[in-house]
Amino acid sequence: MPRKVSLFVTCLADQVMTQAAWAAVELLEKLGCQVEVPMGQTCCGQPAFNSGYRNEAREVARHWLETFKHAQYIVSPSGSCTSMVKVFYKDLFEPGSPEAREIARLAARTYELTQFIVWELGRTDVGARYRGKVAYHASCHLLRELGERHAPRGLLERVQGAELVSIKDSETVCCGFGGTFSVKMADLSAAMLDEKLAALEASGADCVVACDAGCLLHIGGGLTRRGSRVRAFHIAELLTGRVPAPDAHV
Amino acid sequence: MSASHEPTSHTFEANAREALANARLQKALGAASGRFVSHRASAVAERPDFEELRRCGHAIKQEALDRLPQLLEQFEEHVVARGGRVHWARDAEEANQHVIRIAKNENVKRIVKSKSMATEEIHLNHALEAAGFEVVETDLGEFIIQLDKDIPSHIIAPAVHLTKEQVSEIFERELRETNAPGAGIPGLNAIARRTLRKSFLSAEMGISGANFAAADSGSIVIVENEGNAGLCSTLPRIHVAVVGIEKLVPRFDDLAVMLKLLGRSATGQRLTSYTNFITGIAGDGEEGPEQFHVILLDNGRSKIYDDDHLWGSLRCIRCGACLNACPVYKRAGGHAYGWVYQGPIGAVITPQYLGLERAPALPYASSLCGACFEVCPVKIEIPHMLLELRSQVVEASTEASGAAPKRPFFESLSFGAFAFLGRRPKLWDFATRLGRWLLRARSSDGQIPALSLPLLNRWTARRDLRAPARETFREEWARRRGRADAEADA
Repeated sequence: MPRKVSLFVTCLADQVMTQAAWAAVELLEKLGCQVEVPMGQTCCGQPAFNSGYRNEAREVARHWLETFKHAQYIVSPSGSCTSMVKVFYKDLFEPGSPEAREIARLAARTYELTQFIVWELGRTDVGARYRGKVAYHASCHLLRELGERHAPRGLLERVQGAELVSIKDSETVCCGFGGTFSVKMADLSAAMLDEKLAALEASGADCVVACDAGCLLHIGGGLTRRGSRVRAFHIAELLTGRVPAPDAHV
Repeated sequence: MSASHEPTSHTFEANAREALANARLQKALGAASGRFVSHRASAVAERPDFEELRRCGHAIKQEALDRLPQLLEQFEEHVVARGGRVHWARDAEEANQHVIRIAKNENVKRIVKSKSMATEEIHLNHALEAAGFEVVETDLGEFIIQLDKDIPSHIIAPAVHLTKEQVSEIFERELRETNAPGAGIPGLNAIARRTLRKSFLSAEMGISGANFAAADSGSIVIVENEGNAGLCSTLPRIHVAVVGIEKLVPRFDDLAVMLKLLGRSATGQRLTSYTNFITGIAGDGEEGPEQFHVILLDNGRSKIYDDDHLWGSLRCIRCGACLNACPVYKRAGGHAYGWVYQGPIGAVITPQYLGLERAPALPYASSLCGACFEVCPVKIEIPHMLLELRSQVVEASTEASGAAPKRPFFESLSFGAFAFLGRRPKLWDFATRLGRWLLRARSSDGQIPALSLPLLNRWTARRDLRAPARETFREEWARRRGRADAEADA
């Protein structure tokens, strides 16, 4: 029996980074999963939650719980949105309430994409190839809220032809996105971004990958603004051959 | 520089912007934070059991909080039994009055102080000087700060925002040390030592804080690297220690864990150069102070104790590791936080001490990256507490009392709309289609270089905004994979 995966697309991948969502689908199907996309999904509520608007976040969270209630596995191409469900949803409802029980039930079957592939499907070699140098940016929520250090690296290490380069001192330092922080405290956010971009360029990588659309829009927007030759992609895009080799890119 | 005691926490963002524009400050902060981080990392790497130590540290401080009222009384009994005295202070005013009263009763004129965040918090120097006493800070960083009429910018490194050139200027100006410029760090140290030695020998009272207070022995512990705290607590006739009530640990033996955690977390040392254990007054035939006073300071701590979500912040041992790890502190510097406690832990506790209405920006002074929690030796869930505080800020802003500032209209409107649309998929899809269309109209080559919309203008000021897709992933999915999924889902 193939595993039935409900794709928790996330609003950013749905509206902006659609290639990342398609790449996730392709990967999951290639690994034998049956993918479905609940069409009623909107957002997980994190922007409101992180800004202190808990009543607003709670309403959106209720909708999310309803949307995914029949799912066998819920997989998302975002560490941050996954942590919203797995870590923070419980802070929105009374312990012991029907919602809290539903959260416990669904959170247990919710996975970030690379965690699902490595820990649930037991795969690290997904048959990917890339000729070039890749840097991995560890996004904070995947790293620290979900405690994931290994899954994305495990997958990248098995990409044929790719050289994994490290971003010195900076691999696990925040890029400065921080959701609404990026516009609320825009100057600090940009100062943090500058340091990240400098480290990326010094690393010799021709592309940087991460498991979060938010960080990637922030880093990618910084890279194109400074006319950098480094490009930013979702890890699933690299794993499905959607990243053109550096020499093919002009 | 001259800084006032008035908190400026409410203008964090403007303070940070000013700091970012100050190249000298950025250089000092970058260098110091790099040093602290690498020293801590190697000291932690030496102990494969560091995670276990953290768990123990967390458990010890949590037990202390669970049993705090009882432990405080036990501590008092032991201090008194060893010839000391305990004075309870509800707030800054009471604490300062205790010290002033003791000093007056004992005809004290000159006072030396070692570094203490609690005394910064209550502005003790200010109160003592106003009452006519001469007070000299003897920690090198604090000494510099006092000369410059500045305020500390880091919990354990108060003058970390200054370069050695700036310190030379201060010594030349305030101490008339014409050799200070060009003296180098050893030369500056020699000037400070020479100046301070006179103060140590002439002071009648020494004031310190405490890093820990052991309930079962009545001991206080002060860690330091310069020897000045040892001198402050032994040379003068009278020793006064100002101790926050959260400094308690249940047992003297607990210090074996806490000291290992503190040195490694703070400066990356296995132990600091000096660890002072002070238990009561000097006995017969011993040298040391004739009087030992402990001021037990509440000053808002019991209010924090009552907050179910935030009371864990009282576990803090003021090591400063969260400041050094924080990418926001590293850019904004300590003064931006606008009060005595800086960085991530400052962003958590300052709004509790001052009241949310006086520091509503601080809970937002974080990208929630979690580096602070990762290094915290007592595992304070700082990012989760910041989120809790953000919700308190929003909640307080909607209260009729009007005590807290209103949130920006655009923000509350946006999140109202977000909640409305977020549970109505058809309207959500309609509204986001409109939004995408508007944004795409401004894009070229898939990027939007500049926008004059609120908030988004702040994004595009420093980075491009990737143009949204013409068609959402879900729309494309429905088109390419047929309506089967949508129907199965309905």
